[in-house]
Amino acid sequence: MLEIEDLTVEFGTVARPFRAVDTVSFGVAEGEVVGIVGESGSGKSVSSLAVMGLVDYPGRVSATRIGFAGNDLKALSNRERRHIVGKDIAMIFQEPMTSLNPCYTVGFQIMEALRIHIGGTRRSRRERTVELLAQVGIPDPGARISNFPHQLSGGMNQRVMIAMAIACNPRLLIADEPTTALDVTIQAQIMELLISLQREHGMALLLITHDLAVVAEVAQRVVIMYAGQVVETGPIPEIFQSPRHPYTAALLDALPERAKAHEPLNTIPGVVPGPFDRPQGCLLSPRCRFATDHCHATQPAFGGTPDRRVRCHTPLGHDGLPT
Amino acid sequence: MSAFIVRRLLLIIPTFIGVSLLAFTLIHLIPGDPIDLIAGERSVSDERRAALEIQFGLDKSLPEQYLVYMTNVLRGDLGQSIVTRTGVLGEFFARFPATIELSILAMLFAIVVGLPLGILAGVRRGSTVDHVTMGVALTGYSMPIFWWALLLIFLSSVTLGWTPVSGRISLLYFFDQVTGFMLIDALLSGQRGAFASALHHLVLPAIVLGTIPLAVIARMTRSAMIEVLSDDYIRTARAKGVSPFGVVGIHALRNALIPVVTVIGLQVGILLAGAILTETIFAWPGIGKWMVDSITRRDYPVIQGGILLIASTVILVNLTVDVLYGVINPRIRHAD
Amino acid sequence: MTVAEQAPAQAAPMPPERGAEAPPHPLREFWSSFSANRGALGGLIVIIALVFIALLADKIAPHAPTDQFRDALLTPPAWQDGGSTRFLLGTDPVGRDILSRLIHGTRFSLMIGVVVVTLSLSVGVFLGMLAGYFRGIIDNLIMRVVDVMMALPSLLLALAVVAILGPGLVNAMLAIAIVVLPQYVRITRAAVMNEVSREYVTASRVSGAGVARLMFITILPNALAPLIVQATLGFSTAILDAAALGFLGLGAQPPTPEWGTMLADAREFIRRAWWVMTFPGVAILITVLAFNLMGDGLRDALDPRLKT
Repeated sequence: MLEIEDLTVEFGTVARPFRAVDTVSFGVAEGEVVGIVGESGSGKSVSSLAVMGLVDYPGRVSATRIGFAGNDLKALSNRERRHIVGKDIAMIFQEPMTSLNPCYTVGFQIMEALRIHIGGTRRSRRERTVELLAQVGIPDPGARISNFPHQLSGGMNQRVMIAMAIACNPRLLIADEPTTALDVTIQAQIMELLISLQREHGMALLLITHDLAVVAEVAQRVVIMYAGQVVETGPIPEIFQSPRHPYTAALLDALPERAKAHEPLNTIPGVVPGPFDRPQGCLLSPRCRFATDHCHATQPAFGGTPDRRVRCHTPLGHDGLPT
Repeated sequence: MSAFIVRRLLLIIPTFIGVSLLAFTLIHLIPGDPIDLIAGERSVSDERRAALEIQFGLDKSLPEQYLVYMTNVLRGDLGQSIVTRTGVLGEFFARFPATIELSILAMLFAIVVGLPLGILAGVRRGSTVDHVTMGVALTGYSMPIFWWALLLIFLSSVTLGWTPVSGRISLLYFFDQVTGFMLIDALLSGQRGAFASALHHLVLPAIVLGTIPLAVIARMTRSAMIEVLSDDYIRTARAKGVSPFGVVGIHALRNALIPVVTVIGLQVGILLAGAILTETIFAWPGIGKWMVDSITRRDYPVIQGGILLIASTVILVNLTVDVLYGVINPRIRHAD
Repeated sequence: MTVAEQAPAQAAPMPPERGAEAPPHPLREFWSSFSANRGALGGLIVIIALVFIALLADKIAPHAPTDQFRDALLTPPAWQDGGSTRFLLGTDPVGRDILSRLIHGTRFSLMIGVVVVTLSLSVGVFLGMLAGYFRGIIDNLIMRVVDVMMALPSLLLALAVVAILGPGLVNAMLAIAIVVLPQYVRITRAAVMNEVSREYVTASRVSGAGVARLMFITILPNALAPLIVQATLGFSTAILDAAALGFLGLGAQPPTPEWGTMLADAREFIRRAWWVMTFPGVAILITVLAFNLMGDGLRDALDPRLKT
């Protein structure tokens, strides 16, 4: 349903661009849950913002194609795109407290989405809003509708955000680190809510997170990003059983669930390259324990089968060693 | 909300006491004998001197004198003008409407022009519109307004003959002052053309007085707009499919107005400072001209009373702005 | 299978960058940010030019500022009928060369700026530090006075001070310096209060630094950016207010060639001699604009958080 081909987002000057997203390609099928995993600064949020058309000047977006349900979002005018964005594709963000407008009641903000895409009477919109608030598990929705965001907790605000996102029955929901800013106890609740809503409505869910463990639980497929590039994509069980990219392997090794008892947790040495220290060859090469001279000199292509792709000169085999 | 207002009211008490102390001290800071200053006469006879000393309580200690002064002030007795021998408070209220009328029109001009310009510049940040608007705003902000007044008089009144050079209304019209607001009085008088004439006389002074507030409002609105437009909820609104017009008009503007209203409130002080110059140039019989005249005439009781009254006005306006701020910003309203 | 062997070259969509690039030095970054702002650069150039004009006023000015040419009263500028190249910008009602008076007036305006800013900055920073560091009664006392001063329109306060001290250039400068004090006090106090709680201040206090050392060497540099900006903008306020006082006849007294004073009785000649009232105002506007442009540029370059 969603097909992204060679999406690139650049910031900085034309003379010295910084690629936050670098020729990224992946897709999401109808009703499917896909996770995008990467460290902060890996471009996972920016890619989804680009899909929504929310990357602003000075950011520059280019792509061969951003297909959604038969439309090419790249080719649509802003006006046409706005009929899809917010209706068929909805998005929720990391910081519920700042993502809602402090000057308006939560009810107004949900009803606004209904007014734009569905229409109807003021009364019907209000009824639908109460219904939505109840659906996302907000107690006493009739009263909460006239609360301002600062009167609600972070978890409640995220529920409001979710209600707003599903108001127009979207076919794809993009959730950008929806639980990161919340208390640990609330995180699981919000995740459960998202998944149950996804199943009920049969909508696709693109879950952006730095937490591979969450993805393993809820997603069917995963996209691993590193420094603006997709390094590996594939179905969940395969990726977890035999990661082909060294970065994916390292991420998996760093999972506490996989740590062997009495051994220190595995970590990945080094940091993601910034605008001033991009390596010339493979972007992971300074941190990769398998890196060769070839890796340091040339960037690898994004190869493999459509179902299982990897960006590595020497992808790992089942034994966890380079081929 | 009411608790909020009460809290603010309590906060202005020390400021008011400070202002009264300043006004009180003023007379004592001036070199020379206070009796001479108050009496405004060169050689005061000994009997008169003694009488005056008792009248103004100058035979008492300074703290006592202050108490007497404050008691008088709270009773509405701010002393007498040396020149006109009339009460300071009465003179103030006779002139105040002229200044308010001018200030309101100046502020209207500043808001009606400045706010849209600021919004446009903020939304089209970096564009030619932005550069031109901000260039004009900075020029307005840097303008010596007494010169700006002269320039406008020269262009509009002398060269083009569009506007009157000074005064509040044409001499052809004469009617009783009911409210002191020339526009309202002109309407009440029922004389044809009186209102138009009063408005005609207001145009130039209002533009002059409104120029700096206009520049400040345009600059502030622009920066508030730019800041607000990068906020998370703007992204949310756009993700919802809200049109650019709705994003700016509904989501950004409301939030951007919060600092702008504060700035508009703060302009009142600037406005009154500007009124001193504007009124002097346009022979506008308001409190600004009154103060300048009093200073050149060394009419100290008027200076003293005027400072107290003007400062009180500014304090009250700032209070109103604070309350207004609470109304448009729900986060503050619910703080108590 | 190895992807690399199939397509090694096309696989690098990124233009290869030459090694690791370090972020630029802060001072360099400041300059590149400041000089990229054309307005700010223009302001700086105008200010430098004004400084030179002020320094070389005696050499540049065609006439002495107070020389009265009785044969050439109200001569129009050179390009108008009746004008002469002897007086490029014309003469005033008593036959003084306007251009020469403007050139000499530069000295007064810049001096007013320097004196007012130096006075108000040093006193304001001192009071602000006292208030911010010691808090308590001292802070309350200082801040209440500041509140009172803020409640009065600046020009009115200046007028009141002049009313006490009497008219004149020196008193006008003093009055303006007093009027603008609150801004410096508030900026310094806020910065000090912000910094006092930081770890590095605690660290240097623990290591035995005295109060004075703590304030001037440890804390003050951190408040420098907003103070520099405020001081630059303070020049324009000082020049404007001094001109306003001069215009009202309460600042510099005639025949001082101060720009505001030059405009004091220009209103009378508005119908006969437009040049008498035009050029001094242009001089004030250009100077104030230059300082404001530079102040804005400094603000943007020094501290992105202060951006307007």
